[in-house]
Amino acid sequence: MHALANPTRFMRLAGTILPWTIAAAAVCLAAGLWQALVVSPPDYQQGETVRIMYVHVPSAWLAMFIYMVVAAGSASFLIWKHPLADVAAQAAAPIGAAFTAMALATGAIWGQPTWGTWWVWDARLTSVLVLLFLYLGYIALVNAFDDPERGARAGAVLALAGVINIPIIKFSVDWWNTLHQPASLTRLDAPAIHSSMLVPLLLMAAGLFMYFLAVLIIRMQSAMLVRRSRALGRVACGTAGPQA
Amino acid sequence: MTAGAPPLFSGEDIACQRGGHELFRGVGFALWPGDALLLTGPNGSGKTSLLQVMAGLRPPSAGRLDWHGRDIREDLAAHAGRLHHVGHRTGSRAILTAEEDLLFWSRVRGPASRQRCLLALARFDLLRLKDLPVQALSSGQQRRLALARLLATPADIWLLDEPAVGLDRSGLASLEAAVARHRGSGGIAVIASHTPVELAEPVRGLALEQSGERVPEHGS
Amino acid sequence: MTRFFVIILRELRIGLRHLSDISAVLAFFALVATLFAFGVGPLALGDLAGGVLWTAALLAAMLSLDRLFQPDHDDGGLVLLVLSPVPLELVVLAKVIAHWLTAGVPILVLAPLLGFALQLPEGSLSGLLTGMALGTPILSLLGALGAALVLGARRAGVLTALLILPLVIPVLIFGVAATDPANGAAPVLFLAAMLLGALALCPWATAAALRQSVL
Repeated sequence: MHALANPTRFMRLAGTILPWTIAAAAVCLAAGLWQALVVSPPDYQQGETVRIMYVHVPSAWLAMFIYMVVAAGSASFLIWKHPLADVAAQAAAPIGAAFTAMALATGAIWGQPTWGTWWVWDARLTSVLVLLFLYLGYIALVNAFDDPERGARAGAVLALAGVINIPIIKFSVDWWNTLHQPASLTRLDAPAIHSSMLVPLLLMAAGLFMYFLAVLIIRMQSAMLVRRSRALGRVACGTAGPQA
Repeated sequence: MTAGAPPLFSGEDIACQRGGHELFRGVGFALWPGDALLLTGPNGSGKTSLLQVMAGLRPPSAGRLDWHGRDIREDLAAHAGRLHHVGHRTGSRAILTAEEDLLFWSRVRGPASRQRCLLALARFDLLRLKDLPVQALSSGQQRRLALARLLATPADIWLLDEPAVGLDRSGLASLEAAVARHRGSGGIAVIASHTPVELAEPVRGLALEQSGERVPEHGS
Repeated sequence: MTRFFVIILRELRIGLRHLSDISAVLAFFALVATLFAFGVGPLALGDLAGGVLWTAALLAAMLSLDRLFQPDHDDGGLVLLVLSPVPLELVVLAKVIAHWLTAGVPILVLAPLLGFALQLPEGSLSGLLTGMALGTPILSLLGALGAALVLGARRAGVLTALLILPLVIPVLIFGVAATDPANGAAPVLFLAAMLLGALALCPWATAAALRQSVL
């Protein structure tokens, strides 16, 4: 991990890795979509609509996972002052928010034929909605300061507070749900998933994960360039000589 | 001041960054009991940041600061306890009276004594204003109130950031007298000021240059 | 330890001199509750009263957060507090206690009156008050973290609400559940557990946020 601490080395390494992650994402997503849309059987209850699961479930996984990435980046930024960790956390957050929004949107689209309504206050959907709010708060806070350093630090503390709170929120929402809704809804995920569904699910998850890595690297690269150009710009303003 | 004795408060090869931009590097100083250090340099050269580094508020990006030969980062709370920091903003709450404000800050720092607070107010010619709310004081009077905190509780190091801003002639004289007494009892004063403050010799100087000549490095 | 009380006393003194701030928070609390009455109509109110009161209390508490650290940040007192011999975590705790006494307790006092107005069911009042007695300190603790994080930010007020409201959803859930006697003691116990957790973690995180804000 420490080899990545050096920004120059990171830029070089990122340039090497990037094409491979893009290729892996393309291959996994192509195979996954083919498996999901063509090979896997329709559900005996839900019919063809079950295929949206292959987007919905990996999106929800990534939404959760990326928040952990943001929190881990924030922790290593605050504790070990890792110079790239805050860049990674800030670069990951909007991707995570996008996956969260995708999980919510696909959940709603899936809910319409399954539950007969676009939105139910189901424990999972509600938790994901709160996760989206956490992402939006983080992104808003990071960008609310004129000094990017200050935004990074405040955002890091917030991300850690959020990650401690997530289990409590999840628990309270589950509890609230059992309080207000009789357990009559059909659970969307069968307890045991048949392998004909598991293969496309895992392929899609791998593909979206690789996509996340590729976008993360691109966003980190551009953030580093912005940071460098900002530093250079300030130097030019500071000297303001004829050569500037 | 003895040549052989190690300095009481010293800094070595200090560098400081703000917003990813290096303000200064390679700054050092060494102060013995009774010393005064005058920080000079153009706007934006990092005087305020250096005072914050000396106070332990801002971690230096390189170098170390020692008190009695021990790194101040070993115990930042103890370091904070031995210094007074007077910054640009006075720290007085507008709704409190001058006396309440001074008493509060001396009680938080301790050891507090009302007698000493009144004496401090008297030294800065605020005694007759002590029951007025801070918001009724002029900016020069508010500055005096901030400086009166220096006298209300003892401290080894005074870090003064533009202490003379807004002071009239008598206020400046009170400040100079306070610094002289502080140094006379073995205290150290570090002062950043564009307004000339008269200090008894010996005064050490530390000049910061216009920053921004160097391109901030991104590793190598 | 006396320094701890010195800070609380100072905050209370300032709070009492700004009585209009406290009454503004209470007026807001009552106003939001009234808006709900207009919004849902008087007939449906009874069952909603607990949720309405809690939501209004959350929003009113958000409104009061800007006086926690913002004045200290503006007048430079925050630097002096950071440099004081009192551990910053204790400074935060003292300010949170003072904030609770000047914002949480008035809300707690006004809640039963609004409860009557909103036709809160007979048996719910004790649950509401117990829940709020445990819940409002959590709001002050979490709110302090939010208020410390946004120091120096643009549009700090709306930002605090955006950061903190998602985090207080559990307080709302258990607080409203506590108003229903059918739920037994569980919600109150959850609230108590969350209060202890917040008491342990929030001052620490808030102090970390404050240290960054003074630079």
